Parts: sequence; C-alpha cells; structure tokens
Amino acid sequence: MTLTVALRHAFPGFTLDVAFEAPPGLTVLFGRSGSGKTTVVNAVAGLLRPQAGRVTVGPRVLCDTAARIWLPPHRRRMGYVFQEARLFPHLTVRQNLTYGRRFAPRGAAGAPFDAVIDMLGIAALLDRPPAALSGGEKSRVAIGRALLSAPELLLMDEPLAALDEARKDEILPYLERLRDETRVPILYVSHSVAEVARLATTVVLLQAGRVARIGPAAEVLADPAAAHAIGLREAGAVITARLIGQEDDGLSVLETSAGRLYLPRVDAARGTPLRVRIHAQDVILSRAAPVGLSALNVLPGVVEAVRLGEGPGALVQMRSGGDLILARLTRRSVQALGLAPGVECHAIVKTVSVGRGDIGGV
Amino acid sequence: MPSLLSPEEWQALVLSVKVGLVATLVSLPFAVGMAVLLARHAFPGKQIVNGLVYLPLVLPPVVTGYLLLLTFGRHGPVGALLERTFGIVFIFRWTGAALASAVMGFPLMVRAIRLAVEAVDPRLEQAASTLGASRGWVFLTVTLPLILPGILAGAILGFARALSEFGATITFVSNIPGQTQTLPLAIYSFLQVPGGDAAALRLVVISIVLAMAALIASEVLGARVARRIAGR
Repeated sequence: MTLTVALRHAFPGFTLDVAFEAPPGLTVLFGRSGSGKTTVVNAVAGLLRPQAGRVTVGPRVLCDTAARIWLPPHRRRMGYVFQEARLFPHLTVRQNLTYGRRFAPRGAAGAPFDAVIDMLGIAALLDRPPAALSGGEKSRVAIGRALLSAPELLLMDEPLAALDEARKDEILPYLERLRDETRVPILYVSHSVAEVARLATTVVLLQAGRVARIGPAAEVLADPAAAHAIGLREAGAVITARLIGQEDDGLSVLETSAGRLYLPRVDAARGTPLRVRIHAQDVILSRAAPVGLSALNVLPGVVEAVRLGEGPGALVQMRSGGDLILARLTRRSVQALGLAPGVECHAIVKTVSVGRGDIGGV
Repeated sequence: MPSLLSPEEWQALVLSVKVGLVATLVSLPFAVGMAVLLARHAFPGKQIVNGLVYLPLVLPPVVTGYLLLLTFGRHGPVGALLERTFGIVFIFRWTGAALASAVMGFPLMVRAIRLAVEAVDPRLEQAASTLGASRGWVFLTVTLPLILPGILAGAILGFARALSEFGATITFVSNIPGQTQTLPLAIYSFLQVPGGDAAALRLVVISIVLAMAALIASEVLGARVARRIAGR
C-alpha cells in the first residue's frame, strides 16, 4: 500500500507545504529539527488538522480538506510510535500490548501476538509494569503495542532518539525486520543519517517545511546536491553487498556489484545481503589503479557528477558497478585529477573507516 | 454505641452520615464532569463557570443557604418545577440538607479531581486515540483509572465537608430533629438548653474523629495518585 501526503499549514513564522508519496517499505522523513518532520507525522495521524491537505493510504482517504473528509485519529487504523514510549503506567506490559486490539475491527489481519513478542524479544517483560522497564525495553514495547493494533500504516517519530548507542544497536535489527516482514507502509522521522542509511527504503528530505529531495535511499544519500542538507560530515552513500566469507584474521569479505570489500568482522551468515554506509569524507579517489597501498578496498568506477562547494571542498559522485559512491574531496584535488563526469577512477576505502553501525541488513 | 449515645444523638449521627453519603455520591459524577471540563477544555465563559463552582467556598454559608431557599423552596423557580414534575421536595426535608451539603462540598471535590486530571499526561490520551480508542474509551480506559485516587480523595473531602455543614443547612431547611438535624445542628441545639453540655461534647468528639479519619484517608489517597501517575 502506498501513502500519499499533501499538506499545507501555516503556523506563526513557519509554513509547512509538502507533498510526497511513500511507496511500501520504510520512508524516512529526514531533516534538521524545526524542518517540520513531526508536524507532518502528526497531520497524517490526525493529531493536527491541516488548513489544507489530502492524506490517503491505499484506497482509504484519511483527510481531504477539499472534500471535507476528516477521520479522527482513532478511526485512522494506524500505529504511532512516539519519541517517548508513552506506555500506559497503570497497565502491565501485556495490557499495554493488547490495548489497541479491542478497538481493531473484527477480522482485521493484525500481526499474531506471539510473533510480535518473539520479534521484539519482550516475552520476559509481559507481566511487569512499564516503570520497571529500561529505555530500550520501553521502546520495544511501544513498537509492539503499535504493531498489535492491526495498523494499516505505521508512524514512528524518532523512536530511538532517547536511547544511547548500545540500545539503538539493540533495536535497529528489529526495525529492519519490521521493514522487511510487514507489508504496512512505515513513515519514520529521523535526523540521524545512520538510521536513514540502515533503515530507509525511501528518503524524504525536508528543509524549512518543504520537500527538498525525495527518492530511493541509495540515490538521495549519494546525491551531491543533497549532501549539504544532510550534513557534510555525515554525508555518505549506501551500497548493497552480500557477505561471502569470514577470513582468519578477523575480516569479513563482502561482494558488491563493483568488487570485493574487506570490512571488520560482520556477525552474519554467509550469503546475507547487507547495506554498507561509506562516509564521503573517508573515500579517496585515484585516477590510476593504486599499488603499494595499505587500504584493502579499491572499487573501480566512473564519475557521474561533480559539485564544487563554496569553500575549498567538493563532492564527487561515482558509479561503481550498480552502486553509487560519494566522495568528499578538495576542489584542488578535483582539478588536479581532472575529475569530471565520464572520467574513470578508483575509490579507495579504508577497512577500519567502516564501523559496526554503518552495516545493516537490507 | 447506642448505649453511649441517647436516641436523639444517635439519630443525628445516622442522619449526618446518610446526608453526607447521598450528597457525595449524587454530586460525584457532576464533580468529575466539571473537573474534566475545567482542566481540559477552553470555552467562552469558562471563568464565570469556574467562579460559580468555587463561589460557595467564599460566600458566607448563610448567603448560600438563603439562595438555595430562594431557588429550591416551594415557591422557588426550580423547587416548584421539581415538585410538580418529580414530586421531589427539598424544603424542611433531609434531601434539602443533602442538597445544601452537596453544594457546599462541590468546590472541594472539583478541586481535588481537577488536580488529578491536570496531572494526567495528555500525551497518554493521544497515544490511546492513535491505538483506536474513541474519546469515551480514552476517558474510561486511560483518564479515569489514572484519576481514580483523586476522585476518591475528592469524595472523602466532600463527605467530610458535608458532615460539618451548618450555616447553609440551617438557613435552607431549618433544624428539625430526625429530618434536617445533622451533627453540627444537634451540637448547636444541645448547647442552647441547660445541661446539654455533655451530649454536645460527645458529638464534638465524634465529629473530630470522623473529620480526622476523612482527612487522613484523603492524604493517603492523594499520595497514591502521584505514585500511580509516575507509574510506580
């Protein structure tokens, strides 16, 4: 099912004016704080009534100001995972999880209780009160509660923002499974590029209440024009790969469409498809095939686009096999190497520049 | 107990408890509704409604009693209507004492419940609505359980206030043994006759015990509301 959103709402000093289509999978609303991400999600949820707009999920119209259609939140059949878990303090974990079930229409194809409990690893928590849970556990219960209400649309507003890195690593795999195992569209608010790189099928880049860029995650993240909005230090492409072996010295070998990648040990079964985020500032470009180099990963490719910055920097997008790679260089290097669209070159990526958080499931 | 108290004193105690219970239970749903209205909704004239609710707290009770007499008396606009349509008579009856007590206790009940409603995080109610609960269900399954200790505390305060009601009652429904003579009115009557001091004192002790018990219960429940909303 596809979610379509068109909204216009003027606040004092800020106007939201967005229109986008979120195909099945996980769509990340990405942007700085104040760009209107949460406002969009609240309007989709019905918690904010837009001055003008139309929101549909598949054939269902949730809101259409022109046709005077407005479904209140409780009739929208959605699951909303808030930034704070918002668990009901007077109910046990089990009662929280089943809360939405009684309001779901009879015969609604909700996810089976046991399957959700298993996927989120919360079986041991069922009889506890929410106050006895850690932050990570609360987030997982909140996700489970939303899933079990048999939603036709999942909204997630920075569900990981309140958590430390260890807890994020604990939950990200669950979100990846959620994206791959449920068919409901997921609208996910984030300002973390790491989350976008790991989770997004589609990225909607918001800037000051407008859509600056929308497209498949791999395209948007490798787009030199979008890098500024994403944040130059954070910018970097995501390439897809498959784990093909584990070496004795602790390295894992991945196969990409352009060649092999040696990365720090990835704990996954052989054959597992993975997405790997390569930070633009960690990429070195070379015209000639480099020799006598300590870096293990050299991917050949062709320059697709060059974007010179206002300062000394530049961004180069390179196509390597079927994947796009983004490199952040100096304008001086771009000139010295004569980098321009169509030029063949090699991308050099140090193994240790790819961290554990940069590798996720597809 | 009956051996400790004279039939007259016993009658006053039983009547007081009856009047207090009826006044509290009947006005409780209205107090909850008013508390939610004042805590959660903005509407034109809210300040006036707010003022009317709290007015009995600051008006001299005699004034409140006289206003009740004008409104709910046999010839009062509301009193006449109620008698014609439902056969309900307040004047000089225990029902009138209950009405006076309810009006006097109402602000205290509303205040206690309103504080509990304001302590409920509206974001929890929002979360419930996104899970498919309509307004009514949100209230029943989230708001009400969370404010329940506040409601109990308010009810106890209202009950204690009803037990101590004097001025409005005597003005509105007079001082009739067995009908409108509650504890404070009985104490007053005993003090008016020679040799009534002992009986008055016994009733004073009973009043103190009842009031203290109600206050302590209210405190304990008030602490529970805070704990419950914090989720501990």
